Amino acid sequence: MRVKAKRDLLSLGACLLLYAIIQLLIEVDVIGQFWVLNIVLIGINIILGVSLNLINGFTGQFSIGHAGFMAVGAYVGAVMTVKLHLPFIVAILAGAAGAGILGFAIGLPTLRLSGDYLAIATLGLGEIIRITILNIPYVGGASGLMGIPRLTNFTWVFFATVFTVFFIKNFINSSHGRACISVRENEIAAEAMGVDTTKYKVMAFTIGAAFAGVAGALFAHYFYIVHPASFTFMKSFDLLTIVVLGGLGSITGSITAAILLTFVSAALAGYPEMRMVIYSLMLIGLMLFRPQGLFGNKEISLKFFNRLKGGSPRDAA
Amino acid sequence: MTLLKTSKLGIMFGGLRAVSNLNLEISSGELVGLIGPNGAGKTTAFNLLTGVYQPTEGTIEFDGDSIVGLKPYQVTQRGIARTFQNIRLFSDLSVLDNVKIAYHFHVKYGLLETVVRMGRYYPEEEELEHKAIQFLKIFNLDGKKDEIAKNLPYGEQRRLEIARALAAQPKLLLLDEPAAGMNPQETHQLMEMIRWIRKEFDLTILLIEHDMSLVMGVCERIYVLDYGMVIATGTPQEIKNNPKVIEAYLGEEVQ
Repeated sequence: MRVKAKRDLLSLGACLLLYAIIQLLIEVDVIGQFWVLNIVLIGINIILGVSLNLINGFTGQFSIGHAGFMAVGAYVGAVMTVKLHLPFIVAILAGAAGAGILGFAIGLPTLRLSGDYLAIATLGLGEIIRITILNIPYVGGASGLMGIPRLTNFTWVFFATVFTVFFIKNFINSSHGRACISVRENEIAAEAMGVDTTKYKVMAFTIGAAFAGVAGALFAHYFYIVHPASFTFMKSFDLLTIVVLGGLGSITGSITAAILLTFVSAALAGYPEMRMVIYSLMLIGLMLFRPQGLFGNKEISLKFFNRLKGGSPRDAA
Repeated sequence: MTLLKTSKLGIMFGGLRAVSNLNLEISSGELVGLIGPNGAGKTTAFNLLTGVYQPTEGTIEFDGDSIVGLKPYQVTQRGIARTFQNIRLFSDLSVLDNVKIAYHFHVKYGLLETVVRMGRYYPEEEELEHKAIQFLKIFNLDGKKDEIAKNLPYGEQRRLEIARALAAQPKLLLLDEPAAGMNPQETHQLMEMIRWIRKEFDLTILLIEHDMSLVMGVCERIYVLDYGMVIATGTPQEIKNNPKVIEAYLGEEVQ
């Protein structure tokens, strides 16, 4: 078990190294503005993908209203800095809290539903959030909230992403996380084993929503403006695509898919009319040949590489 | 000492009276069978006891307290664990994780300790893993702890389900057709195991079974259910010779 702690430190060290390298490349201008933008988007998409995976992939509650929580985080965060002139970190935390509280309030009644019914309910709720924001003049209504300072940079996004991934990874690899997974596997058996399924569904939903709020706040403070049109159900579907493409129940899968899709999006930016077509073809192809997603519910880790080398896959466990 | 007592327990599904006037009384340490023809209401009775269904009438007392109105997970936390007629494992998880989940409500570390991996997290996780492996050893499944549950052979899945239920550390274990789908040799082994776990874990066991060799061989007392009502109760010997039971199973004699 202590091996696990050591491995955590090792991954954290690798993250710092990655950060240093990318930051250096940005400083010396090897990575230009366009790619910085994409790296920031990748980070935000990773946060959104991994947090949605906690709800959809690990807990098995099919939610498709994630853009709504992102919107709440974006607007609450932006109000903190634009209207109340508070520091950025407060804006991020407030965005997380706002989205988390809303997630809790929405989760409590809707998580009684399951499967298709829950999907439709969350789809509707995502839209309700967007329409509500659209009709609040205080935050700019349909024209959006303008004049947001650009406080988000690579450093903020990177560390928020690392924090999110570690938070959710640690959560999943604990008794609480196992309880969430047991809900996905068999709700009746989970109840019979003493797992309060409602509590864990709501917990996963709240945590997922809160991290979507973090992503929203980062998003708002990168693009100077937040606009209700950025958070339509199309955005929710994009996020769902990341989760399904990477594999329901695989954190590393969501990370890979977020990177891949952001790059494909960027690469296709020159052909806007073909973008959705190619994007959709990719998804159809994947669903045909790999319906469980890129990684299924497996994780890529050091353990995985050990196995590739022919070592015992269990020796690190 | 009476561990479980139900009186006038009943449930209606619309106009159908699935179980009615069910009076069970089970003492600590007993091994009791619940038998009856198909559709007699045996599994419904289990679902009533474990909170899956709420009774429309009657009371259930467990360990001195009423457990009517509790949710299934609360009933389990009070000390009643069960297995299912159609196996309900966490089929995509490893054998070890299946057992670990049953320990879930004994874990004390909080969300914060989980996320920052401090305080009680590592000591408790280590203890949990150790306990779960010990448990698997008892059921001779420790060699397969990393296998995915759904890949186990049928008999081992049944064993794993019992192991998982026991890991929740119940006082009363409800087994719903534990021998279903087993061959005579496996059934015999199961009988030995049921006797053994009762002694080892100081358990009270109530089991539903169609396999009469198992019921008659292992149960000390039997309740016979037909059309949702208890038609006979007694030792295996008494039940075997009870004309009402014979009638329920084989029908009336031709005039």
